[in-house]
Amino acid sequence: MEWLERNVPKLVLAPSFVAILIFVYGFIAWTAWVSLTRSKLMPRYELDGFGQYTRLFASPRWDVAMNNLYIFGALFIIISMLIGLMLAIFLDQKIRAEGVLRTIYLYPMALSLIVTGTAWKWILNPGLGIQEMVRGWGFESFAFDWLIRPEMAIYTIVIAAVWQASGFVMALFLAGLRSVDTEIIRAAQVDGIPTRRIYSAIIIPTMAPIFLSAFIVLAHLAIKAFDLVIALTNGGPGYATDLPATYMYAMAFSRGDLGQAAASAMIMMMVIFAIVVPYLYSELRPRRDQ
Amino acid sequence: MTSNTTILRWGLYGILILFALFYLLPLFVMLTTSLKSLEEIRTGSLLALPRGLTFQPWIEAWSSACAGTQCEGLRPFFWNSVLMAVPAVMISTIVGALNGYVFAQWRFPGANLFFAAILFGCFIPFQVVLMPMARMLGLMGLAGTIPGLIFVHVIYGIGFTTLFFRNYYVTIPQELVRAAKVDGAGFFRIFWSIFLPISLPIITVSVIWQFTQIWNDFLFGVSFSGPGSQPVTVALNNIVNSTTGVKAYNVDMAAAIIAALPTLLVYVVAGKYFIRGLTAGSVKG
Amino acid sequence: MKSVLAASTAMMLAGPVMAEPTAEVLHWWTSGGEAKSVAVLQDQFKAEGGTWTDMPVAGGGGDAAMTALRARVLAGNAPTAVQLKGPAIQEWYEETGLADIGSVAEENGWADVLPAQLAEHMKCDGQWCAAPVNVHRVNWIWGNKQILDEHGITQPTTWEEFNAAAEKLKEAGVTPLAHGGQNWQDATIFETVVLGQGADFYQKALVDLDPEALKSDTMKGVFDELRTLRGYVDDNFSGRDWNLATAMVMNGEAAFQIMGDWAKGEFLAAGKQPGVDFVCWPTPGNGFLYNVDSFAFFNVEGEDKQQGQKLLAKLIMGPDFQKTFNLNKGSIPARTDVALDEFDDCAKQSNQDMSADAEDGSLLPSYAHGMALRGAQAGAITDVVTNFFNSDMSSEDAVQQLADAVAASQM
Repeated sequence: MEWLERNVPKLVLAPSFVAILIFVYGFIAWTAWVSLTRSKLMPRYELDGFGQYTRLFASPRWDVAMNNLYIFGALFIIISMLIGLMLAIFLDQKIRAEGVLRTIYLYPMALSLIVTGTAWKWILNPGLGIQEMVRGWGFESFAFDWLIRPEMAIYTIVIAAVWQASGFVMALFLAGLRSVDTEIIRAAQVDGIPTRRIYSAIIIPTMAPIFLSAFIVLAHLAIKAFDLVIALTNGGPGYATDLPATYMYAMAFSRGDLGQAAASAMIMMMVIFAIVVPYLYSELRPRRDQ
Repeated sequence: MTSNTTILRWGLYGILILFALFYLLPLFVMLTTSLKSLEEIRTGSLLALPRGLTFQPWIEAWSSACAGTQCEGLRPFFWNSVLMAVPAVMISTIVGALNGYVFAQWRFPGANLFFAAILFGCFIPFQVVLMPMARMLGLMGLAGTIPGLIFVHVIYGIGFTTLFFRNYYVTIPQELVRAAKVDGAGFFRIFWSIFLPISLPIITVSVIWQFTQIWNDFLFGVSFSGPGSQPVTVALNNIVNSTTGVKAYNVDMAAAIIAALPTLLVYVVAGKYFIRGLTAGSVKG
Repeated sequence: MKSVLAASTAMMLAGPVMAEPTAEVLHWWTSGGEAKSVAVLQDQFKAEGGTWTDMPVAGGGGDAAMTALRARVLAGNAPTAVQLKGPAIQEWYEETGLADIGSVAEENGWADVLPAQLAEHMKCDGQWCAAPVNVHRVNWIWGNKQILDEHGITQPTTWEEFNAAAEKLKEAGVTPLAHGGQNWQDATIFETVVLGQGADFYQKALVDLDPEALKSDTMKGVFDELRTLRGYVDDNFSGRDWNLATAMVMNGEAAFQIMGDWAKGEFLAAGKQPGVDFVCWPTPGNGFLYNVDSFAFFNVEGEDKQQGQKLLAKLIMGPDFQKTFNLNKGSIPARTDVALDEFDDCAKQSNQDMSADAEDGSLLPSYAHGMALRGAQAGAITDVVTNFFNSDMSSEDAVQQLADAVAASQM
């Protein structure tokens, strides 16, 4: 009975522990195994060495996908944070109709991209969307044709992704701003410190944890960005907007090249590991001292 | 007020409204398209306002568009999504709350490592888990059923819900728990009478997050549902996609908006609480 | 929902006693005319006392359905019938085995009414394992008749003639070619140009994957022509859906589109008449690229399901269904003995050409639509083609990449 009492917390965690062990780490192990086989349409389990990885690294399409992940990931995270922070600070200035604006900024997060993809496709298409509209207003030389230029198309993916997530980041930051101790701010105002300085020297530094939360949410979205590409460009023009997730999906499910898909998944997982583990380390370390 | 600050305020509003327009643009396109006739879409500009309003596409999308040989619109599938999302959100929130409570207040050696392991699970790309998961669901006899879908969503939702609750509960002083223990209260008793009553804000966050993720999910829905258990996103995809047939964009857009209504509603109604919950939970975490 | 419940209760009640045929059908014809076409099959199936459970999964030309199929097979409950086509049928047969429907085929004399090439696609290890529903012709050029008449353009028989016509249109300020920059559409144009180099070359390059042919000067010429065609496309083609490209031809914004005969459905839906408002010409060169949709049958337990497979196979190949279905869908029947009186002129020509080309060996499987090659190989080729079409890669590099990619995909 006493044993039970003492071990309740562990027992509560046990189901999650087992589930995560099997359904996350077990599956990663499974993927690692399959990546070493010649699996085609369905998984096979005879090991065959690192051939799939050799093929993967020789594939020009995979290069493009990885490059895109870096470009997309970096821009998406940075721009979303900047816009989110800016909107949060602006909204924090006792704005009228704050509720309405906040809802407008936040709603894209509620929509799946299966839903908004077609609309974005039209908006960004030069012949149908913004470019055509602005030209219709008389600005004949206006150009916004990123969607159709292979070297620029990845940036349109960034635009749509920022559209979706920046409102959410705004919410995170707004929450952060609201919970900064108002006493300190008032004291600073009494001392005649300009608003700009109050933000840059007092408020923003206290929000470090928020930046980390925002980062983890955005990084998670960036790595899983899949629907977005499928809906907006389907990887095109050519395969200029391929991302690792779409590459993997194409190999696994449209091409019946499962071994190759598993190999790409493993590389993807390693990238995630390299980004997330330092974050988790820095996030969890201080509490160990408590 | 000096004229300088007035100009600043106007600029502020200007920027905020400009951004609002940017965020609204896709919704505007979807809404206007859904109110046009097909003829007008084929001939007119896609971004223009409709010349003549028609609500036919909405009616069709809800009750008569074909998603396969069944031409009953989105209606029958809506219920599937509700049956899937509600239990999945509830279970994953409860599990997350208990996990978070343990991680925040009942630490044991190795707990941090385990927490990190759970968090890393948030990042696993779902495409990776499809095939082994299909096999597991088959072995468990849950393949092609709504309980199967609930199971999958709970498993991959635990990571985030645990994170939310742990970050929230960690702000509560440990002395409180210690004092309660001295008074003879047990694990669940303390959770029930101290932690649960103050959890409303973070429950809101967890519910909104999970509901959005689960309602909008397509990949799991398409892989693990069977006939009769397909969620609304799969039906939407079936209505919208046609390989070699004529596309009815107006119906597609109407269907898309209908499918998104529950999540939209949640954000509009509960958005305020969402920010409040985040305010309460995330900062000090 | 209600009908599903009813269906499942019916299944439970019927189960052991009399083995009523049941079928769960996984397909990706989910909307508009396609859905109506499948509904015809469903109705016939029900009329014969069967219970049909619909499992529609659309998206990506069947990609999503194939994802669902894998999940189902891994979970150990494969659907009774699956929309599958081309070499994927044999690929699945090798992985999991497929049900033998030879008895139905022999009873109904399939061998006598199907062109030999098509029949080959329906067999696994010499046994019938799939049933064809239609034949789409891929290599069509659709043209806006008014524009063509205005500029005095007649049917081109070589790609040079096509280029000449396109130049003329371009000078007159008309966009010669409406195209959607999606990889399968790029691949569609590519394969029609390959066909233009002769049926033998097509067979060697895109069916047998002969490295010599892939690296040949002829293939280089194909890429050169592709580059020329790229010049006839308007600037905004990237990511455009094929039906929007068709609309451009319809509205007179462009003169031609190279697309399979499903494009006809768009014209007809808009009330346009073949020969009056639009023309359908085979692409330059002699040959017929086919895209045959079919249903394959997985191994299932239970007398009722096996009965369902047999009934379904019989109905799919029934002359009645073949006619109604294809009238709906714009394709032609796979059976050669169906009267085509009610079909339009494009369909009639398609049918004539199919018989003629079957004779002289130029009836060929479409690679772009998954009829010629397995997924990994076809995908490898498409990667190169679409990258070429959307960049300024030289034809020399393209040919080299093509050979390399195909070699790598055969690992």
